[in-house]
Amino acid sequence: MSTPGEMGTEAWPLWEVFIRANRGLSHVHVGSLHAPDAEMAVRNARDLYTRRGEGISIWVAPATAFTTSDPDRKGEFFESPSGKNYRHAIYYTQAEGVKHL
Amino acid sequence: MSAEQELTHDAGVHGDAHGADAHVDVHGEVSLDVTELDVELPGSGRVATPDVAEYAMRLGDDSLILSQQLAWWVSRAPELEEDLALGNLALDLLGHARALLHFAGTATGRSEDDLAYWRDEPEFLNCWLVEQPGTDFGDMIARQLFFSLYQTQLYTALLSSGDESLAAIAAKAEREVRYHQDHAVQWVLRLAGGTDESRSRVIVSLNEMWPYVEELFTDDALFDRLEGIAPKPSTLRAGFDETLAVVLAEAELELPTAKPAMAGGRQGRHSTQMGYILAELQWLARRHPGAKW
Repeated sequence: MSTPGEMGTEAWPLWEVFIRANRGLSHVHVGSLHAPDAEMAVRNARDLYTRRGEGISIWVAPATAFTTSDPDRKGEFFESPSGKNYRHAIYYTQAEGVKHL
Repeated sequence: MSAEQELTHDAGVHGDAHGADAHVDVHGEVSLDVTELDVELPGSGRVATPDVAEYAMRLGDDSLILSQQLAWWVSRAPELEEDLALGNLALDLLGHARALLHFAGTATGRSEDDLAYWRDEPEFLNCWLVEQPGTDFGDMIARQLFFSLYQTQLYTALLSSGDESLAAIAAKAEREVRYHQDHAVQWVLRLAGGTDESRSRVIVSLNEMWPYVEELFTDDALFDRLEGIAPKPSTLRAGFDETLAVVLAEAELELPTAKPAMAGGRQGRHSTQMGYILAELQWLARRHPGAKW
């Protein structure tokens, strides 16, 4: 990454932001933002995404560090589970005496 | 929609199980119609003595004027993210100003709005530092650095104030101004360690704001009457100097050498900037007295 401001048109690099609302929950992706570096990205995330008490923990990562599935290959990627409802646990008979399943 | 209508509407949606005082809001946690902003004021419900009121007014005016100054940056910061960051700092300070001016007003039967909008320049007791122009990013950050370092020392000391309202206000403000300090320090480090241009400019900015630091730590007769309630400003200087030295060392900057200004904000004598700030702050309330939105 080059120094922000080196070129007139250049913006700060993009960061992906994950917020954890409460103890026991997992971090959830909430959006992205610009920041000159990781430390400032955490602070910007605090200012953008926790203004209404949304979280008690923040993770950020450079957007370039993410590898994603290809939206154009949704079909071949995600077809397999359909027609396999038996993979959902609700299809199994509940054993007697198990109360909190 | 009035508060009653809002509540009736909610009762209709949720059935009659909720009483009239149930703040149920289908739109989320907060609705301006049902939010009681007054209950958000820490330390309210007591009447200040004249001396305590004067002290609260000094602190409240500092926060009010700096809040107004920082609000200028919304839409003008280098990035949208920084707009939000500065807006948040401004709103923290406005919150402190509300609580402090509300408390100050109890001594004379005035509301925080009376104090903010209907006093003239000589009645404001804020320091000169917060009046200084900060429409250059470096100037604004230098002002933030010195002021947030001071406020962190101040509110830490006020946590153990003998006045329970001041202690309650400090309990919230202390945490918030620590973040303001962090924000300013991060930016000073980046400006000082960035390009030659940013470094030379932040050095100029720090020197421009330095003359107004002395006033923050100047004692006067008021503090003799507030023993155990307000810390003497001079006692806050050591902690300020210590933290500042650490920041400047990390940024590889020298302590500014500019001589102190003849600042008289605590006596109501202000620099030329103040009139313009108040004009912008007060014109709407004075043009439409009693207007609500």
